Amino acid sequence: MQRSVTLSVNGAERSVRVEPRALLVHVLRDELNLTGTHIGCDTSQCGACTVLIDGRAVKSCTVLAVQAEGSPITTIEGMGRADALHPLQQSFWEKHGLQCGFCTPGMIMTAADLLQRNPDPSDDEIRHALEGNLCRCTGYVNIVAAIKDAAATVRAGRSAGAAA
Amino acid sequence: MPTIFGSAIKRREDPRLITGSATYTDDVKLPGMTYAAFLRSPYAHAKITRVDVSAARQAPGVIAVYTGNDVKDKAVPVPCAWNVPNCELKIPHHHLLACDTVRYAGDGVAMVVAETRAQARDAVDLIDVDYDPLPAEVDPEKAAQAGAPQFHADVPNNIAFKWVVAGGDAAGAFERAEVKVQLRIVQQRLLPTAMEPRAAVASYNGGSGQLTLWVTSQNPHIHRFLCSVMLKLPEHRIRVIAPEVGGGFGSKIPAYPDEAMVSLAAMDLGRPVKWTEDRSENYKVTIHGRDHIEHVEMCGTRDGRITGLRTRVYAGLGAYASTAAPGIPTILHGLVYSGAYTIPNIEGTVYGVYTSGAPVDAYRGAGRPEAAYLVERLVDTFARAAHLDPVDVRRKNFIPKDKFPYTVATGLIYDSGNYEAALDRALEKIDYKRFREEQQAGWKDGKYRGIGLVSYIEICGLGPSQVAGAVGFGGGLYDSAIVRVYPTGMVRVYIGASPHGQGEETTFAQIVAEEFGIPVETVEIVHGDTDNTPQGWGTYGSRSTAVCGSAVKVAAERVKEKAKKIAAHLLEANEADLEWKDGKFAVKGSPQSARAFGELALAANVGWNMPPGVEPGLEATAFFDPTNFVYPFGTHICLVEVDADTGKVDVQRYIAVDDCGPQINPMIVQGQIHGGVVQGLGEALQEIAIYDESGQLLTGTMMDYAVPKASQMPHIETDHTVTPSPVNPLGVKGCGEAGTIASAAAVVNAVVDALQPFGISHIDKPLTPARVWAAIQAAKASGAGNGKGAH
Amino acid sequence: MIPASFEYARAGSLREVLNALAAKDGTKLVAGGHSLIPMLKFRLAQPARLLDIAHIAELRGVSEYRRGARIGAGTTYRELMESDILRERFPLIGEVCRTIGDLQVRNRGTIGGAVAHADPASDMPAVLIVLDALINVRSKRGKRAIEARDFFQGAFTTALVEDELLTDIILPPSPRGAGSAYVSFAQAASGYAIVAAAAIVARTRKTVSHVEVALTGLGDVAHRVESTRQLVGTKAEPEVLDKVAAEAAAGIEIQGDIHAPAEYRRHLTAVAVRRALDAALARAR
Repeated sequence: MQRSVTLSVNGAERSVRVEPRALLVHVLRDELNLTGTHIGCDTSQCGACTVLIDGRAVKSCTVLAVQAEGSPITTIEGMGRADALHPLQQSFWEKHGLQCGFCTPGMIMTAADLLQRNPDPSDDEIRHALEGNLCRCTGYVNIVAAIKDAAATVRAGRSAGAAA
Repeated sequence: MPTIFGSAIKRREDPRLITGSATYTDDVKLPGMTYAAFLRSPYAHAKITRVDVSAARQAPGVIAVYTGNDVKDKAVPVPCAWNVPNCELKIPHHHLLACDTVRYAGDGVAMVVAETRAQARDAVDLIDVDYDPLPAEVDPEKAAQAGAPQFHADVPNNIAFKWVVAGGDAAGAFERAEVKVQLRIVQQRLLPTAMEPRAAVASYNGGSGQLTLWVTSQNPHIHRFLCSVMLKLPEHRIRVIAPEVGGGFGSKIPAYPDEAMVSLAAMDLGRPVKWTEDRSENYKVTIHGRDHIEHVEMCGTRDGRITGLRTRVYAGLGAYASTAAPGIPTILHGLVYSGAYTIPNIEGTVYGVYTSGAPVDAYRGAGRPEAAYLVERLVDTFARAAHLDPVDVRRKNFIPKDKFPYTVATGLIYDSGNYEAALDRALEKIDYKRFREEQQAGWKDGKYRGIGLVSYIEICGLGPSQVAGAVGFGGGLYDSAIVRVYPTGMVRVYIGASPHGQGEETTFAQIVAEEFGIPVETVEIVHGDTDNTPQGWGTYGSRSTAVCGSAVKVAAERVKEKAKKIAAHLLEANEADLEWKDGKFAVKGSPQSARAFGELALAANVGWNMPPGVEPGLEATAFFDPTNFVYPFGTHICLVEVDADTGKVDVQRYIAVDDCGPQINPMIVQGQIHGGVVQGLGEALQEIAIYDESGQLLTGTMMDYAVPKASQMPHIETDHTVTPSPVNPLGVKGCGEAGTIASAAAVVNAVVDALQPFGISHIDKPLTPARVWAAIQAAKASGAGNGKGAH
Repeated sequence: MIPASFEYARAGSLREVLNALAAKDGTKLVAGGHSLIPMLKFRLAQPARLLDIAHIAELRGVSEYRRGARIGAGTTYRELMESDILRERFPLIGEVCRTIGDLQVRNRGTIGGAVAHADPASDMPAVLIVLDALINVRSKRGKRAIEARDFFQGAFTTALVEDELLTDIILPPSPRGAGSAYVSFAQAASGYAIVAAAAIVARTRKTVSHVEVALTGLGDVAHRVESTRQLVGTKAEPEVLDKVAAEAAAGIEIQGDIHAPAEYRRHLTAVAVRRALDAALARAR
């Protein structure tokens, strides 16, 4: 039985009619046309579907849309546009942190959560934080480099902001 | 102006990928879209005695349900496109849906089309099928023996082919040899696991008779060709679009029944149909890789000269012959048995065997990793038996750098190489002598460190079309490009290759920008749509840059030649008196007279003042067919420590020195190496597809199939040497598969080296802790070694 | 992957949850959903109705409780890792949480969900056993507290009965100066333990005064290790530790699977116990 669900996505309220069984990732992709969030597995392993809910990285394939009602959601489309990239997007580009790009949105969302709590992660900390995000193309070397680079950018921005 | 060719510029494709605005197949949404879902066989081998779809047809939202018998006469079975000659190849029918027999767990039985994804999925549960189970066999060696279950009436002993490669006199060499070693090697089944599962969207316009198929494809022109066969639809009525493709690694080369079913339904229903694979469906039905059981031998002299190599290989093909399957364990495998070495006597016999597993086809490296692995494992084993250092044995047997082009015993002609230089470069990164000393000392304290070397070669840049024809490949292996210059000097290049992560929108733009002396931002590469790209053969076999990149280069040169004619005309000079400098044509000695590329583009496109006999417009097409394959090479070194208590392998350093000729974009080459190496490390350490005896896939999800995670993989150190290839105008070789071809053997060589004190001569990959520990226990029990290095 | 249809409601109060459970109408509870939703997607579970208990405030959070701690069943792993009380008093909780799932799963998965689900490879049961945790459950009929060592009964089987809700977990104070450790050998794909050992040890002067070790991953259920009792009263000499570790798996029915044969698991049990004890002893004051 369909019901109306109001989701707060990338700062906008969006109402959709969905069944309770609808997964958040399907609603984002099929109903809200936010196709930057991908589906790469069915067992919560790959992390391609990662979004932020209440600012925390979550696998949207393992959340029902009805569960997410009332919580702010951020998808890759809410991070930055091509002409105003988020530091993580910029660093993934600079450091060649992606090849086919399918896992990239999820990687960026998880990294965003990591950098919120750890502004200066080591290589090992980054690799541990990415346990729930699989990439088959890059061998992870440049993803780790990209996240370190973004962390440095964010820290520099913060200290510049503090100085000003 | 710094050269664009050779610079590590950022990728052109990335802005859309990092912002979530790229369009992958499942992102395609059309008005009136319907959704398909498959019912797949739960049995590996069974007779279908009854299929009842009546309840499914009545279910909410269901538009149609198709069974094997519904579509049998509407479509041609899925073709196999690599008819390897001289091996009595037998290719049984592979119907779009099983009609009376299912041959692997995952074989399609019925397809539902409904208004929503959920309704299609719900209706699949309502289909009632009676099966009469039959015995299964997933082991290719056992399946080839008399008495094994028979999977196809017309294929005795399930043997699809027996293929032999021979050069020199292997039997004689082994008879005379002072040192002989042999191994039984299992190259386990692997699941390619492109992060994007397969998907297809088909839309048919009944009025125009045009079918448009968006499909996760590495080679849309091949898909157009094979869909034309399967659907009995004229090829010019089919448009195949490979939009953004989320990785392939070989698994998106083949034609599958699924996209043909989706197309048939779209034609039947007059509405667009979308199907997207679940990961667990992907693991069951998308092609798998490797699956060899190999009996291999090497022989030579006591002083380390390798004189012979012999193999007997059982290559599992799975239930049906997938698109390129017969060519993988033969042409792409047996022909490179000589590796980087002058092995004068080679004899290989490969049996292609049908089993009750999912079809096996090209997976990153496709046949060549299996060859490099067996050769490099044998070289280490041979060195050990001869009491020689594995580095010295490699040096002694390398094809010398001044002997190229070099014809190996299997008949291939290697284009160029300098194997010792790559080995030296890799060894510079470590202190080999000291490592050996520390290793010995460590053994006494129960610290098991090891070093694994691999000096690989590969055959890629597939390849000359004449050879393709001679070896039964059902297509060409040239590739193509149209370079089209717009009046404003902007350039679009339409290519036959179909990159899906390899970055050719950037590297090919670099080729053109370099040629025209223009900013790389003004060049755009268009690919993946058969309606606007010239006939090409796709992206696989590390071929795109060597073959399609060369087509781009040739087409750009043709454009430049025409531009030169126009420049000469405008400057009222002889063509011979013009020189190209700083992105301009100028009369030699009078640089103020120069005409920049942009001016010539405008002149050509408006056509106001063309040279006599020269058509307006500025574009050129090239079909580039190389004169030979290219043979990249390199040396990889892996340093490991094994925890003998748990069997856990810790990769402490990984060094990759590769030579793929001149690098157009070193950053992209390095990325390809990183990814390839990790794919091989996964194969070496943790990836394995396991079926039980009844043919059920036990590693059917990512909960059980261990795709490498960031936390499980080491940092990778890279370097390179540069040995140009003479067979294409760029001098480039391939780099997409090199990492995978080298790394699996490097790891296993390192672990076996670390465990020398136990007297362990081989452990089959993946080297999971459980397997390594078991090997140590078995060695201890047999008394092969005491673990202290004093045997 | 699409679950079969079900109805969904958000519970506003504990009473509403207990009433729903008392009705015994097949309602399944969902909080983080990280145990249940994967089963729904594979249609291994097809409940008629889901009741979302994630928004009941009294089920969430970590609080001080009689010099120990009280953990609400709906507390996420992330919240456990960020709790100052747990970090100070029960560092073992943070240590085990780092091995559970991944960053995203820890943001959403709850301790109560994992404990009630009782996956045989789950990490938390062994830890709760060594910490002598009490598991509080409620129903319309009343409340009861179940010791962790009695709570886990088999694969996906616990002492919870159909109408009961797991509300919170009580961790009594650990012995003064105790050291703890969690050593897990994870299956490469799922990250679940092939074998894991949780250990807590206290010493008075140099003599072991308290020890608890529990194992997970071996079979159907987490096991308390009896052999470690021999350590009490010793100075934890290497020979004693070796003996204890070697005997740790005695009497446990160990199951093999495609990732680790039973024989390997048996061996690894000794390694895990020994390494967990060594680490716990090193941390004990």
